[in-house]
Formats: sequence, structure tokens, C-alpha cells
Amino acid sequence: METIQLAHGGGGYLTHELIRAEILSRFGNGPLAHLPDGATLPNPGGTLIFTTDSFVVQPLFFPGGDIGELAVYGTANDIAVCGGRPLWLSLAMILEEGLPLATLRRVLDSIQRATTRCDITIVTGDTKVVPKGQCDGLYLNTAGIGVRRPGFQPGVNTLRTGDVILVSGTLGDHGAAVLAARGQVPLLNGPRSDTGPVQNLVESIGTHAPHIRFMRDPTRGGLAAVLNEIVEGLPLGIRMEEAALPLTPEVRAVAELMGLDPLHLPSEGRIVAVCAPEAADAILASWRTLPEGRDACRIGQVTGDAGRVILMTLAGGKRLVDQPRGELLPRIC
Amino acid sequence: MNNWIDPFRNPAVADVLAGRIGDLGRQLAVRRPGPIRIMEVCGSHTMSIARYGLRDLLPPQVDLVSGPGCPVCVTDTGYLDTAICLARQGVIIATFGDMLNVPGSDTTLGRVRSEGARIEVCYSPSEALAHARQNPGREVVFLAIGFETTIGPVISLIDPARTEGLKNLSLLVAFKRIPPALALLRADPELAIDAFLCPAHVSAIIGAHAYDFLTGPKGIPCVIAGFEPLDILIGIDHILQQKMKGEARVENLYNRVVRENGNLRAQALIDRILEPVSTPWRGLGILPDSGLALRPDYADFDAPRKLGVPLKTGVPPTACRCGDVIKGKLHPPECPLFGLACNPDHPVGPCMVSAEGSCAAAFKYARLALSPSNCVVHQPD
Repeated sequence: METIQLAHGGGGYLTHELIRAEILSRFGNGPLAHLPDGATLPNPGGTLIFTTDSFVVQPLFFPGGDIGELAVYGTANDIAVCGGRPLWLSLAMILEEGLPLATLRRVLDSIQRATTRCDITIVTGDTKVVPKGQCDGLYLNTAGIGVRRPGFQPGVNTLRTGDVILVSGTLGDHGAAVLAARGQVPLLNGPRSDTGPVQNLVESIGTHAPHIRFMRDPTRGGLAAVLNEIVEGLPLGIRMEEAALPLTPEVRAVAELMGLDPLHLPSEGRIVAVCAPEAADAILASWRTLPEGRDACRIGQVTGDAGRVILMTLAGGKRLVDQPRGELLPRIC
Repeated sequence: MNNWIDPFRNPAVADVLAGRIGDLGRQLAVRRPGPIRIMEVCGSHTMSIARYGLRDLLPPQVDLVSGPGCPVCVTDTGYLDTAICLARQGVIIATFGDMLNVPGSDTTLGRVRSEGARIEVCYSPSEALAHARQNPGREVVFLAIGFETTIGPVISLIDPARTEGLKNLSLLVAFKRIPPALALLRADPELAIDAFLCPAHVSAIIGAHAYDFLTGPKGIPCVIAGFEPLDILIGIDHILQQKMKGEARVENLYNRVVRENGNLRAQALIDRILEPVSTPWRGLGILPDSGLALRPDYADFDAPRKLGVPLKTGVPPTACRCGDVIKGKLHPPECPLFGLACNPDHPVGPCMVSAEGSCAAAFKYARLALSPSNCVVHQPD
């Protein structure tokens, strides 16, 4: 079995071989072609959006996705929910000595498919190898640059009472899928990660963009974390109906079995948006025309409950939706 | 496959039950002063009540009091100090995750892990077997705490370990039995408990008859209910109905899981491997025959004996009122530390740590009804 050796990160012949055979063969058509020290990029015009994220998910491959596409969509989605169109990506890899080359190839193939799907170009990168035991398989970092689409000016300072909370699909699928894939809950037909791009959803908002007050992808900490971040320090709160929350039976099963709140489980291909009430139906309708938005729905609204996220429970009571705390889900993305 | 969840969360039925509980509460108020004090014994009930906001549905005449049914919360400080000491000596500690952040006398297992101790969080006790197999040169100690529900799965490690000849697995045992604690709480005049909402899964092991001694002419209603919101509302409804009729019976409303005589196989396993002992409960003191320890035949699995590390006597934090919360004498927000010095990120007492602790439940789900001073931990600038 071919494996990664320390020399693959040493900067010498093996490094060059690895980059030529595995990186340039997949990503060498653009600015990466002659391996310059940095990417020289044209001015795209408009307001730039720049973001970065690291990926340490365990296991590397899980139902519905893998670390490679997660690293592309994760960064592209962060740009998208800032109202941006993703353009360029950096890719840095930290590999563990002994990693099967076949695993690396599988991850790189997945990255290639995801960049094509997002129409984003890898323009610079880096590869390091650490001795066995000093990282777990492979870690990725991506940084991305995008340009803001016209009309988007989201910000929590624009929120008003009566604004509507929308989600673009079911919640918590990624977290539940990764937890199930770790084998702590043996499941036959377990949940599948929702890992995927959200930029088409953002694009479909089109002329309603000025009505978007806030957008985020509910990754680590899930919906609960995003909603609490929105209202923190504001004289406004959020009220949701438990009956309206879109959850698959698989996610509910994993959450029930493990005693987790599905609102704390991350998604990797969803949007939470706060919008003006008059635009909610139109945005939902355009989302639902896309496969990744078919389960889009409204889940609640902005209220005067200062700083609090409140859930009206199925049983008819109400409770606080708190931030997740503690080491709930290490290495989930 | 049957759906055992949604029918027990049906909002229309919850509404009907809440109406009936309200009527019964008002009728009872005419007969006697003061609220009916119902103790939910089990931590999972406490969590469910908070998670579904069930207190909002109850009339003022019904007072739900949380009991001692969170195994982490009643584990005394000395036990944690012993576990921490073992971890520092190089033993691999295998434990349910709840124990990581429970304060010992001066640190937590979580902190000693960050200092380099090896602590493995397990979802199932059987993972401890795997750790022992993978680390033949090191002792693996499983933190064996819990009530009757947990005891069976934990001690079922022992037979396979013996058969396999695993010599590096042992248990730090602090198992507890629910009935002796209920007897003590029932007899406390200050608490004045009117009825027990009896635990669901503990009852699956010990059976409905295990509460017979609490009922009868001088007894109180003992109603076994499941963990879903309708289970709990129906349980409260039946308690109030018994009160109306002046009855004090055991009623098993969780008969989809609980049998009258319980799980005889689990009882036989427990009886073969463990024997009753007096044991300390945080907040309740040392209760006779309320604990279970390994019988002499299984001394080779008893970590303190095997490793020569006696159980320590710990010092609980002084201002912490967990003891009174566990006894039901104090609602969590009435503790002076609640939400201020003590919160889930910086717990002072175990009731704030465990996923089943009353203070954690109140902090996580029910701060709505509290005074603003106890609501906000990080005051925004």
C-alpha cells in the first residue's frame, strides 16, 4: 500500500512529485499552473468577502459527505451567507505520516468535484506532513474570497419585531450523520449529512435581497447557537414553534438515542435567514424550486423577548433554547 | 415500526390533560390548604418537565419538586477525589461523559485530562472492555455509578472480562438504590411530600411492587410514568385523582416498559455480583443498605481493593446548596449561587453539571420565569 512519508512534506523531490501527480493534475489549470508562491488575481470589482475555516472531522468519510467536500462547501457557504459569490479558494493540507495515498486521492477527487459544483477555483495551497500520531489522518484548511452580490446588506442591527425566521431545509443532518458514523450508535438506515453548497439558494433570493436582515449557515452549535448569537445583546428575541421545526425521522432518532437536542446539531448545507415579513413567502417559494431547498420553511419570528430564544413546545409549554455547552460534539467538521 | 414518541407528545391531548389537572387542582384546593407537593424522583423526568415547559401547564395548586434521581448529583465528593487520584496515577479512567466536569474537592476529571491524564468517555460500559483489550499494560477503571437502571449494564462487563481473562479492568463502585432514598424523603416532615412520580427506567428493573412499602393507609400515591410529556401529565393526573379519592396506591402507567415484578434477570445478576451496603449520598448523608458493592467473590474487579487506593472523604463546596436541591427543599433558582457563580460552564455543584441535574435543567430550559439577576450569565456590554 502506498502511503504518505515524512519526505512528502520535506520540500524535496517527493514533495514535488506529490504536488505534480495529485494537486496539479486536478487543480493546475488556473493560477496554480506554475506553482507560484502566491496567487495573482484580477480585481473582481465590488465589495470583497474573505473567510477561512479548518476541517478536522472524524471520520474522514461519513454518510452523505467527506472532509474534502466539507472543506470546499464550508468556506464557500460562509462567503455565500455573507451575500457573496465565491470566486477563489486556498487549500492547505496537514497529512499524517502513513496516511494511505488512496485516502488522499479520494479526498482530492471529492474536493475537485465540489469546486466544479461551486464554480470556485483553487488558486494557492500548501502541504505539510507530520510524524505518525501527531495528527489524525489529515486536516484541511481552506480560505476563500468572494464578491458581494448586489442588494445584500445583512446585519443584526436591521432586525425588527415581526421579522420572519426561515430555514432552507431540515436541521442537524450533518451532526447526526457524523455521530452515527462514529459507531457509537449502531444504526441500519442512519441519517445522511446535508453537506452541500448554499450559493444557489442565496442567488435565488434575487431581487428580495434587500429584505434579508441576516443570513448564516447553522454549522457548529446548530440552529440554537445561530439564533442565540443573533439576539445576544439586542432588545429583541426569537420565538419558534416546535411543531414547525423540519427534522428528519433519522435525525430525531439519533438525537433521542443520544440524549441530544437536535437544535444543537450542525448542518453543512443549510441557511438560516431572518427576513422582512413581506418577502418571506417569495423567498420560500424560490428556495423550494431548488433541490437543496425543497424542505424550506418558516420556523418562527422576531419578538420583543430581549436576548432570548424561546420554543413553544409540542406539549403546549414554553422553554428556553440555550446555547450548546461543554464538549458536545468534538471534531464534527 | 411503532412510533413510541409522537403519540406521547400530542398537543391536543396535552391540552385536555392540562385542563383536567387544572380542575382537579382547584377541587383539591377547596379541601386542603397549600399546594400538592409531587416529587419527581428521576432526573430524566426533571429534564423532560423543563424541556417541554410542563410547569406552564400546571395550576398553582400543583408543586413539582425535583428529587435525588440524578446519579451524578448524588455521588459524593470523595468518590470524585478517588477517581481523580487514580487518573493521576496513570490509570485509564473510563466514564460516562457527565462525570468530567463534576467538581471534586479541588479539581475535575476534565481538568486532569487536559493535564495529560487518560480519561475515556464511553456511551456504553462495553467500551471499557475494548479499552482494556487495547491497553493490556494499563489498568482501566470504569466509574461505576448509577441507579438500578445502569447497574445491570455496568456489571455485565464482569463475566466476559473473566471469561476472556482480562486482568486490567476494574470498577470504582458507588451504585445506589432508589427505594431507601424514597423512604428517607417520605419520612421528612419538613419536605411534606404528597406523592411520588416514580422513575420510569429504574422501575423497569425493580418492578412496580418495589414501591408498595410507601403506600397503604399511612402512605402516599406512587405513580410510575414514562418520560414523554403526556406520560408525565397523565402521571400527575392520576396522582391528583388518587388524592381526590383519598387513596395511596402504586399505579404503573408505564406498562409499555415496566412490569409488576420488574426485570428478574437483571435482579438475579445484581444479586449474584453485588451486596447491599451503607453508602453516602450527597445531600442525604449515609443511608443504610442504600448502596451496592461487589461481593467478595468479585474483589478482583474492585478498584480500591485491587489497586490499594482507599475511597477518600471529600469536602463539598461550602456555599453550594446542591444537598438541599437534591432533597427537594430548595428549587434551583433559590440557591444563592444559581446562574451567578454556578452555571453550566463553571459548575460549583453536581446538580449544575449532569444532563439530568435539576439546576442544569432549570438553567438550560426554564430561566424564563426567573428574576433577571439570575438569568443572564454574560451581561452584554
